[in-house]
Amino acid sequence: MKKLLSSKSLGALIAIVLAYVIVQTLIMVGIVDDYYQILLVTICINIILAVSLNLITGFTGQFSLGHAGFMAIGAYVCGYITVTMDQQFSFLLGILAGAVAAAFVGILIGIPTLRLKGDYLAIATLGMGEIIRILILNIEAVGGASGLSIPQFANWTWVYLFTVATVVIIKNFIDSTHGRACISIREDEIASEAMGINTTRYKVTAFAIGAFFAGIAGALYSLYFYFIKPDQFGFMKSIDILVIVVLGGLGNIRGSIIASVILPSISSYLQEYPELKMVIYSLVLIVIMLLKNKGMTGFKQFIWGKIRKNQSAT
Amino acid sequence: MNYYSLYDVWPKSDSEGVRFLTQFLQQLINGISLGSIYALIALGYTMVYGIIKLINFAHGDIYMLGAYIGYACITFLGLGFMPSLIISMVACAVLGILIEKIAYKPLRNATRIAVLITAIGVSLFLEYGTMAIVGPTTRAFPPIFSNTTFEIIDGVVINTTQIYILIVTFLLMVLLQYVVRRTKMGKAMRAVSTDQDAARLMGINVDKTISFTFAIGSALAGAAGILVGIYYNSIEPLMGMVPGVKAFVAAVLGGIGVIPGAMLGGFSIGIIETFVSGYGSSLYKDAAAYAILILVLLIKPSGLLGKNIREKV
Repeated sequence: MKKLLSSKSLGALIAIVLAYVIVQTLIMVGIVDDYYQILLVTICINIILAVSLNLITGFTGQFSLGHAGFMAIGAYVCGYITVTMDQQFSFLLGILAGAVAAAFVGILIGIPTLRLKGDYLAIATLGMGEIIRILILNIEAVGGASGLSIPQFANWTWVYLFTVATVVIIKNFIDSTHGRACISIREDEIASEAMGINTTRYKVTAFAIGAFFAGIAGALYSLYFYFIKPDQFGFMKSIDILVIVVLGGLGNIRGSIIASVILPSISSYLQEYPELKMVIYSLVLIVIMLLKNKGMTGFKQFIWGKIRKNQSAT
Repeated sequence: MNYYSLYDVWPKSDSEGVRFLTQFLQQLINGISLGSIYALIALGYTMVYGIIKLINFAHGDIYMLGAYIGYACITFLGLGFMPSLIISMVACAVLGILIEKIAYKPLRNATRIAVLITAIGVSLFLEYGTMAIVGPTTRAFPPIFSNTTFEIIDGVVINTTQIYILIVTFLLMVLLQYVVRRTKMGKAMRAVSTDQDAARLMGINVDKTISFTFAIGSALAGAAGILVGIYYNSIEPLMGMVPGVKAFVAAVLGGIGVIPGAMLGGFSIGIIETFVSGYGSSLYKDAAAYAILILVLLIKPSGLLGKNIREKV
């Protein structure tokens, strides 16, 4: 209890409530119109996706390219339940079911594939994401290639609530014993195994938690945008999430949140030039990796280092 | 003595069994043609992986660029098949060296994830950079061979393009085996892939060897690109994505880092895929390769021809 009421977490709580109140007032006054509301929801969903992928890739060091697959499972399970039950609060059950289903698939796939090292895992998760997409494409009950329409249940408030919950839970997980075990796996798998950490268990746990929240993100996506198609959850979606995580910095939750705000805002301006957007994304990936591989904060350090060097040289 | 050709011996009856057999052989021919293209791409993956332990995600896009360069040679310069093939192979080799020098070399000692993310970045850059230059539309590849089909036996046909694909693939593979097994550079490649530090101590120029490996792999991908352009008559900027991943699956299936394994894997994936779309559903065609990948990784991660290597600390 003492820890819960520490000044730091109290400050965070106030900031969270304040952010909500400000945005809600702006919506009420009408400054934030429908277009910006959609952008806000996109940002929130991106935050959930990026933070959950950061847990897998940034903190545990397991390179996953199938995050959109988990999102698809969440979206479709939630959509199907919401459509078939058609009760007032069935969508909450749908979100839960979608997340649990995604986590279940995460465990099912994680146990065999997480034995593999970095690059094999990347390809295996890529394959898994594609298999999920192709399977959904062939299931007639959820509309197949023509997609699934869902009544719009979620609004900005729900999305915000889930985003905050995701960030708080994952942050707390990382700061716990389990989280430190995950970070030790990223730093040196063999050494952490020698220290008595059950690496497979922690990797699968991180994978399942990441999948769980990706499922929530997918469910919210389906409930807010009320129409889902298998194409929306392809390989490129996984790459989109990866770009956010890399830009924000691997193993940096604050960075992921900032990048989740920046990238959708930029890409909404570049909507008319989709090729240009992807060229910029690809350059972001390459340049950040070449410059120290630490994301935006690393980039700042890099620039400062150059400036200081120049000053001392003159 | 009487000599019978296969044509005479082959039963002419229209029974169920014969129909099944002809269909089977036809699928096999189509599968081998497709498989040889996968094999050509897979060779590049496997050689690069063997030498610097990197999945070169951009490899599939070099194949796409090979197809575009071939298209430009045939359409705008009016060249024939052989000059176009050679030009696109050389151009792709240069491109492969450039990519290695710019994007991968500075990360030689970085973490695996960093290099992989860079590789994905390079891949996206090539795809969408090409799209920004040539436009996203699908282009029709000019027909370069007369579309003659030969009937091998009753109901089983092979066309000129398929014959060309098989011949070119066969020649390139023989050439590759010669380079790797018989030349000094091949020896250096094998040495670097076994132990980079030891090779350096023996006076081998490691950077030059790695560049050479990228050049060969990219040249093979370029050849595959132009062949597939002729085979399917159409090219587009994102055509490298899916074959790239499938060729990687082929490399893993055969045992990554093993050159004959990549050939075996490529042919297997091509044949399996053709059979899945021929007898099953073409909707599941793409899923087949991924399912094979996951099965291989579960049952024998070192691949069909790979050896188990103990992990060293």
